[in-house]
Amino acid sequence: MSGPLVPQHDEAARRRRRRNSIALGLVLGGLVILFYLLTIVKMGPAIFTTRDL
Amino acid sequence: MAFVDDSKGYITTAGEARVEDYLALLKPRVMSLVVFTAIIGLLLAPGGVNPVIGVIAILCIAVGAGGSGALNMWYDADIDRVMSRTANRPIPSGRVTPGEALAVGLICSGFSVAILGLATNWVAAALLAFTIFFYAVIYTMWLKRSTPQNIVIGGAAGAFPPMIGWAAVTGDITLPSIILFLIIFLWTPPHFWALALYKQGDYQAAGIPMLPNVAGEAATKNQILLYSVILVASSLVPLFIHMSGWLYGAIAVLTGASFLYLAVRLHRAPTQIGMKKLARSLFTYSLSYLFVIFLALLTDHVGQLLGWVQ
Repeated sequence: MSGPLVPQHDEAARRRRRRNSIALGLVLGGLVILFYLLTIVKMGPAIFTTRDL
Repeated sequence: MAFVDDSKGYITTAGEARVEDYLALLKPRVMSLVVFTAIIGLLLAPGGVNPVIGVIAILCIAVGAGGSGALNMWYDADIDRVMSRTANRPIPSGRVTPGEALAVGLICSGFSVAILGLATNWVAAALLAFTIFFYAVIYTMWLKRSTPQNIVIGGAAGAFPPMIGWAAVTGDITLPSIILFLIIFLWTPPHFWALALYKQGDYQAAGIPMLPNVAGEAATKNQILLYSVILVASSLVPLFIHMSGWLYGAIAVLTGASFLYLAVRLHRAPTQIGMKKLARSLFTYSLSYLFVIFLALLTDHVGQLLGWVQ
């Protein structure tokens, strides 16, 4: 069983789109890490303090 | 170019852009100078900052500069197409659509200002927002195509980053940060007019009123010399307000003297070919000059902190 015939031109486009998706994913992942670090630094040691409610 | 029917296993392509093309929109070479001067501003500022916050601040300044670069490329695509230096940029070459560039510019600008404000303070964020506005609107959309003084006033956009770095730490604008601004502001005209002297054919073709095309080579060389003198004088101000010590002073004098020497040689260039060669030398040297001056400010500052320099 063979897959659909994809013109060589489209194979290159598929690779390019995949690379762009990975790059966008990395940017979004970076933003998540950035906001996480920012929150930890801004809250300081208080983040480890537990209080009875 | 594009197959739309996914049911047959074909893929759809929206454009030819690669990751590198989107990165090129952010003008990484300009960004590197912005990042460098912003880091110096941040490290020179009194008080210090949490390293994580410092890295985030620099990242925001870099992305903000990149955003304004993308907005510049979006607006200037028509003239970029004409000039050899810019014809291969992502929009004129057709790899990125103007709409994509505009989106990248606006998203980078918005996110960088918001995150800088949240991470540091809103004075730094407001300065970054003003810088982006100044570069994209005041310089790109207005000054660049209307006056030969375009890069004199527009140079302010490139001079703000150390001030933003400083404000990210202190939350204010003080004399030392204004001096950092002033050095880059006064450095911009001789730097870009030297480029314009040996690339004036390009600017002429694109219809940009750069000084050599409008006022002539002699007037441009006069202006380069004048600004070089003011620049070198202003580079000595940190010494007189006790912002820096003798180490910075010695480096500023030596590098400033070389800058003036090249500006005088360009001023006296007898032939057209010799003039272009000297203009290129001054342009290349001016890049190293700014790098060395800012590095000297930092080295002197660290030396003073460690008690090595008076």
